[in-house]
Amino acid sequence: MFNGRLDLLQHIGANTLQRFRRLGRGSLFLFDVVVGCASLISRPGLLIKQLYSVGVQTLLIIVVAGLFVGMVMALQSYYALVDFGAEDSVGVMVALSLLRELGPVITALLFAGRAGSALTAEIGLMKATEQLSGMEMMAVNPMKRIIAPRFLAGFLSMPLLATIFSAVGVMGAYVVAVEFLGLDSGAFWSQPQNKVDLYLDIYNGIIKSVVFGFVATWIAVFEGYDCVPTSEGLGQATTRTVVHSSLAILFLDFVLTALMFAK
Amino acid sequence: MSDILVKIRDLHFSRGNRKIFDGLSMDIPRQGITAIMGPSGTGKTTLLKLMGGQLRPDSGSVEVDGLNVHQLSTKKLFELRKRMGMLFQSGALLTDLTVFENVAYPLREHTQLNDAMIRHLVLLKLNAVGLRGAAEMSPSELSGGMARRVALARAIALDPMMVMYDEPFTGQDPISMGVLVSLISELNSALNICSIVVSHDVPETMSIADHVHIISAGKVIESGSPASLENSESAWTHQFVHGDADGPVPFHYPAKPLLDDLYTGS
Amino acid sequence: MTSRKIEMMVGLFVVAAMAAFFMLAMSVSNMSSYSGGENYELIARFDNVGGLKVRSPVSAAGVKIGRITDIQYNSDTYEAEVSMEIDVKYDKFPVDTAASILTSGLLGEQYVGFEPGAEDEYLKAGDVIDLTQSALVLEQIIGQFLYSKADDEE
Repeated sequence: MFNGRLDLLQHIGANTLQRFRRLGRGSLFLFDVVVGCASLISRPGLLIKQLYSVGVQTLLIIVVAGLFVGMVMALQSYYALVDFGAEDSVGVMVALSLLRELGPVITALLFAGRAGSALTAEIGLMKATEQLSGMEMMAVNPMKRIIAPRFLAGFLSMPLLATIFSAVGVMGAYVVAVEFLGLDSGAFWSQPQNKVDLYLDIYNGIIKSVVFGFVATWIAVFEGYDCVPTSEGLGQATTRTVVHSSLAILFLDFVLTALMFAK
Repeated sequence: MSDILVKIRDLHFSRGNRKIFDGLSMDIPRQGITAIMGPSGTGKTTLLKLMGGQLRPDSGSVEVDGLNVHQLSTKKLFELRKRMGMLFQSGALLTDLTVFENVAYPLREHTQLNDAMIRHLVLLKLNAVGLRGAAEMSPSELSGGMARRVALARAIALDPMMVMYDEPFTGQDPISMGVLVSLISELNSALNICSIVVSHDVPETMSIADHVHIISAGKVIESGSPASLENSESAWTHQFVHGDADGPVPFHYPAKPLLDDLYTGS
Repeated sequence: MTSRKIEMMVGLFVVAAMAAFFMLAMSVSNMSSYSGGENYELIARFDNVGGLKVRSPVSAAGVKIGRITDIQYNSDTYEAEVSMEIDVKYDKFPVDTAASILTSGLLGEQYVGFEPGAEDEYLKAGDVIDLTQSALVLEQIIGQFLYSKADDEE
């Protein structure tokens, strides 16, 4: 029994140390990547290519998801508000929820699942097939040429995607509320115009998605770069990317909300 | 200019608790094909990575062209690597670029040549490996042997002073194997460079090598010309060169006697 | 996919995001009230501002004419000083205009409503409105109601 406990303690200790080491490696890695981003000024083509595969290819899922989330929100808030005769507030309710929370958070979660896992798999595969080593031996720094453009593209795409998500969501809500449920179109728009604040709601939502983009892309490229270069290691790294970035996004969302909307 | 290009002295390297090199010393001449042979798992690839500065030794030194690889700044190391070519086992071609762009890659990264010049150079290099016709293919369409030849064209794109081949013959059919063998030897004599071939395919390697080092258990066991190793006195070298099933390296993994195993337990 | 096509798609992506942002900013948020062009400032003193907030609207006859920019407590007069910026289009408020704090709906947001007076002179930038009616505080109203009930019963 005593022995078992000691083993457990040892296990926990070793695990914790391992985690700290990973965090340290990840931070040093981040530093290298950020430094490497500077070299992209002379090679904008690399960034454009990644903006395409990270941003544009994620766009479709974002638009579809945004549309449905907006429509569901309109239905749900209509049923909740109609009892109080406050169904005119559907517009403001949907707009506020999307701009403050759902836009940045759902976009980031979808991004982690779609673009993040793809980034991890791609970089991990490049590592497994010695492409990264090969570049190093050609005297080319893969941090600058491979990792940095992907990181920057993810970081830049997220706010753009989140903005599109929210806008499409509001339009979806408009379709359901005005076309299907017969609410007044004027009331749908005028309430948000009075209650939604450009700085407090829209800008803060964008700041959130910038932070999420930074963290989710960091996790994705790091997991790829740091993975065990076998098919099993690659699978684990991809799973870790999705799990860790989702948890990080939800945790950061709480922290940021508390900071931004505290009175 | 001394005629030794790579000078390895008392190299120690370990991975985790496993010692890979235990005081390895080796000289590689500036010209000709030098083969480094040894059984799987002796760290032949590791040795190449140490020469290229991708790994750091625990102690000892690796000098390439008079420069201590592991004491160079990153910038100097990158300068040195421009003069080294390396052919990876898998080819390590960049999968999102065409064959042409793969060979052009080091030129675009490290030279200011215009597009027409790059095109000329790339087509010449591809012609040298016989794949000019495959210039617009993507790496995923190539067979393993072709991918290695493209990688070879890329490795010589910057006209290096040395080319390192990591297991160039592994997993090739007899024809691609023959192509690679003659390519390595022809390129070496045409470019008059130093070629380092790491391999455990004895007959192919022996047929083109000028010097051979056999390593095992972290040390150089024997060095010399292929002919002298054929007739080596050492039983170990004899077993390795001739591929005998049993010898100093026993057929059986260490175990207790068979009868004991059969009659104990269940 | 050629690099020209990729560049085009990325360009479209950025344009779509910008369009989405403008759509949100213009038709969903109160941005239109930020970029209203020229404004002039008026100050009103209230005994009690209740739930009035910075950026709450100012309206006259139900039409929005400006918004609150600042709310301060003046420790000399023991009053709240509310600064408002009013659109220059609406520069003809007589000096005896009254400002009251009103509530939109039963439980809605509070706002400042202007009730124009009859003087010939108009309010200028920086002028102070003294004719004010404070916010209705529910506790006070209930308190007054209970007192008057008690008085009636005596």
